[in-house]
Amino acid sequence: MSTRRVVITGLGMLTPLATNVANTWQKILAGESGIRTIDTFSTEDITSKFAGLVPEFSIDHLISIKDQKKVDDFIKYGLAAANEAILDSGIEVTDENRNRIGVAIGSGIGGIPMIETNADTLMKKGVRRISPFFIPGTIINMVSGYVSIQYGLQGPNISIVTACTTGSHNLGYAARTIAYGDADVMLAGGSEKASSRLGLGGFAAMRALSTRNDDPKAASRPWDKDRDGFVFADGAGVLVLEEYEHAVKRGAKIYAELVGFGMSADAHHMTSNDPTGASAARCMTNALQDAKVTADAVQYINAHATSTSVGDPPEVRAIKLSFGEQAYKMAVSSTKSMTGHLLGAAGAIEAIFTVLALRDQVSPPTINLDHPDLEAGCDLNFVPHTAQEMKIEYAMSNSFGFGGTNGSLLFKKL
Amino acid sequence: MTDLNTQQRVIKIIAEQLGTEENETTPDKSIADDLGADSLDSVELVMALEEEFGIEVPDDDAAKLSTVQAVIDYVNNQLNNKK
Repeated sequence: MSTRRVVITGLGMLTPLATNVANTWQKILAGESGIRTIDTFSTEDITSKFAGLVPEFSIDHLISIKDQKKVDDFIKYGLAAANEAILDSGIEVTDENRNRIGVAIGSGIGGIPMIETNADTLMKKGVRRISPFFIPGTIINMVSGYVSIQYGLQGPNISIVTACTTGSHNLGYAARTIAYGDADVMLAGGSEKASSRLGLGGFAAMRALSTRNDDPKAASRPWDKDRDGFVFADGAGVLVLEEYEHAVKRGAKIYAELVGFGMSADAHHMTSNDPTGASAARCMTNALQDAKVTADAVQYINAHATSTSVGDPPEVRAIKLSFGEQAYKMAVSSTKSMTGHLLGAAGAIEAIFTVLALRDQVSPPTINLDHPDLEAGCDLNFVPHTAQEMKIEYAMSNSFGFGGTNGSLLFKKL
Repeated sequence: MTDLNTQQRVIKIIAEQLGTEENETTPDKSIADDLGADSLDSVELVMALEEEFGIEVPDDDAAKLSTVQAVIDYVNNQLNNKK
């Protein structure tokens, strides 16, 4: 493999908890929930009436209001997160370096709200009233395209789409793009804003969502006996990945090193995980092998754990298969208990939480875990309710998506 | 409906669609060069004019609407033909 190492030098995010990294992380460590009843559209006939919605924010300082109307929200979210990340990194884009800086930001669903409104226009007013911005404003790779236009980034530009593994796969791919030598810096992650009647209604039709409408903050409860489905959420996460020597040379602040990336497929079912956990285990083991470290080096896993009875237990099985005895010695938590499930952005914001866990030597908690589902084998240290300070040298972030697509990232403290 | 009223309505729509100030959206201005409309902006502008005035603008006609004055004249013509 290549000797070019990849480090994290910038972070940016919008989550249901806050519209930046610092405030989100503070609330994560305090165990706060960002889930609330939906008031942005009618949920009268939808079984799940709550979600993780991003608090109000403005990008008026980045693009004109006229241009904001042309693109769907997931593109604006991605731009806002990219802006925070690039500012945080201190990178200055110049004519000399712009060819070596790329973007890999994806989305699981893309512009579903704008698809919904244009379909409505089509039905009511006919084909001549479809907006000319409908296609460019909804296609998923426009988030990477838009970010490149905003900052003049002329390196590789791509958006990988793998449902709920989108964020992780874009990060892993971006790291390899740098390691291979195609770029020195990559802005990578995921963005999602699928909350609309069509988006929420679609997931509700799958019976995948929690219906705990009387207590939204308690609805996302991974590994808990009383979990009843995942909690829909919006947001974005973008990380600045940079070649190590490049970062050192410009005196950049380095959060952590991205040392391992693993992938695998279940080849089992459209939406249900392989119940044995074997493929997810292979994914984690691939990440360990990529980094050339053994299982006992890892102290923390930010789990995919979405709070479903189909998904949570196989991941625990997989962790045990991949890590053996170490599974019982490490901390494994689900920040989705606080943010809800950001679909294509989940892997990105959770990579950020994993990086910050390394920086601050603390494992974020799993809230709402009142009665671990021991019968389903959920018996690890899931960091219930309260964050745990601990020594962490290596930490992993897992993502699993519809289609049986898996991704694991391994980060190291420098 | 007077022509002056049509002119005000056209300018209002152009300003709304292109994010320009109404007092800067004068009849002599070029839609693309002065007001910054790209090809997609122009399509959306024509759609807004069709909605506002209940007219239909074929693509061949739309391509000729290069200035604010040209739009005002075109809309006036269409409205007169409808009468």
